[in-house]
Amino acid sequence: MALDTADYRRREESITYAAESAGQGETHELLTLNIGPHHPATHGVLRLLATLEGEVVRDIKPIVGYVHTGIEKTAEQKSYWKVIPVVERMDYLSYYFNAMAFCGAVETLLDVEVPPRAQYLRIIHLELNRIMSHLVWLGTSALDLGAISMFWYCFRERETILDLFEMSSGQRMHTRYFQVGGVFEDIPPGFAAKLRTFLAEMPTRADQYADLLEKNQIVLERLRGTCALDEKTLLEIGVTGPLLRAAGNPWDLRKAHPYSSYDHFEFKIPVGTVGDNYDRYRVRHAEIYESVKIISQALDGLPEGPHITPDRKIALPPRHELATSMEALIHHFKLVTEGFRVPEGEAYYPIEGPRGELGCFVRADGSAKPARVHMRDPSFVHLQALEPMVKGAYIADLIATLAMLDPILGGIDR
Amino acid sequence: MPDATGLELTAHELRDHNAESILGTDFGRGRAVLLAAPDHVTDVLRQLKASGYTFLASLHGIDYYPEEPRLGVLYELLNMHEVDRITVKVRVHTGDPRLRTATELFPGAEFPEREVYDMFGVVFEGHPDLRRILMPEDFEGFPQRRDFPIGGEPVLFTYNEENSYGKYQ
Repeated sequence: MALDTADYRRREESITYAAESAGQGETHELLTLNIGPHHPATHGVLRLLATLEGEVVRDIKPIVGYVHTGIEKTAEQKSYWKVIPVVERMDYLSYYFNAMAFCGAVETLLDVEVPPRAQYLRIIHLELNRIMSHLVWLGTSALDLGAISMFWYCFRERETILDLFEMSSGQRMHTRYFQVGGVFEDIPPGFAAKLRTFLAEMPTRADQYADLLEKNQIVLERLRGTCALDEKTLLEIGVTGPLLRAAGNPWDLRKAHPYSSYDHFEFKIPVGTVGDNYDRYRVRHAEIYESVKIISQALDGLPEGPHITPDRKIALPPRHELATSMEALIHHFKLVTEGFRVPEGEAYYPIEGPRGELGCFVRADGSAKPARVHMRDPSFVHLQALEPMVKGAYIADLIATLAMLDPILGGIDR
Repeated sequence: MPDATGLELTAHELRDHNAESILGTDFGRGRAVLLAAPDHVTDVLRQLKASGYTFLASLHGIDYYPEEPRLGVLYELLNMHEVDRITVKVRVHTGDPRLRTATELFPGAEFPEREVYDMFGVVFEGHPDLRRILMPEDFEGFPQRRDFPIGGEPVLFTYNEENSYGKYQ
């Protein structure tokens, strides 16, 4: 493994960040500024190499990999049900979505039917997770713009959601609630009542956020008309989710290609007009209301029935059966030791995450462990859009744009 | 996703354009896969893009060890108007895996291609900036290959820093 250090230096020096010729003269000079990786405004361990001319960004190179933990490699060493907790840790603000994408891919390969109640329970938790993710985004983004009080308000509501997660699964984050074939447990008594209180409260809270931000001249001037990017460029880069919708394209997989009974619910897709930072803010803010609507409908129409597939080859038998049924004991033993085997095949399962299309690719080779797990994480793709967005903008707008881009480094580096 | 007939028709159209471009098709479990020849992959992608699959949803690598050719690169294409997905798969050998870059057609392929290069060692010719993206610059080997051992990297302590790779002097 020993490597000549001169070789390392040589390779390091080979990295060139081609600067634009503009502004190189006696009065202007290009400055290369390193931002991060440890910087509160980079929303994680993101390093940005910015080339500045005065205060104007001429070029920007994102450098990632600081929190690469090899989760995709780790997943290949674990049986399918043990992969769920590790993929949840990729994008640490949308753990239900990661689990959903992975479980969906495995369910496609197994050809297993998810009971309606489980689908509705999944939607309730997915949409709660979407609100939670947007709240963290709103709080931290406002913080970047200098509005510290938003952070406390957003985290107050987030706390309620985390309490709900704790009620249903026992964990506040990385809940491992979604299982292949359904969900881990039915919601406990009292969950519905607490959720309804939250659903009644959340829209008024979101109104308050709007009042705080949208009547604030500083916020408006920082967001309006800054760093817009048109729909065509966004699509070429592969951008989906709120960023694409802010540019006026109503692409949302929940509507376009409904999964997990999303077609049962009435909700709207908020879209922007010009795709500037203000539109990005407005779209995400409006999505909070739509998520609340979806959750209320799912809670009202929650069907009766099992919360996980009755297929004992995939899902664990209920605890009480173990004492009375030999067969249940054997199934339990097989599932806990080896896990279930998945027939050979490949699946790509895309869902609409809080940041865009979150797709999970799984290749099964017939054993109890996946041969390949890959997450198409929206943050990873969206980071490429940062350069066209901020080129020619002020460095202050770069910070605002990065906040509105909402990258999660855990998802980028995986 | 096109149905089985639709997939065959697409494959025929692509073969009409370039007889050697498509090696086979695979259909099943909600997935339509076109197996493209490594030399003609950009041709196939260009044709599919012209026929409506304008969005590259995902590009990822895969190691089919011990099957040969071992490495695979998958392009998950999406037709946003028809809400239709199709997969283009390319298989290359580990000896000298080379493919033409897709960044000219889909600029968003830049980071995913860097990741495939980083993890599997597939070289994308014509890529604007093909460097490692997730692993450190000085990393040796391609960690997502199936024969790359897990935990194979020594942890840097004081006692072994002299022999460690990438040591700063």
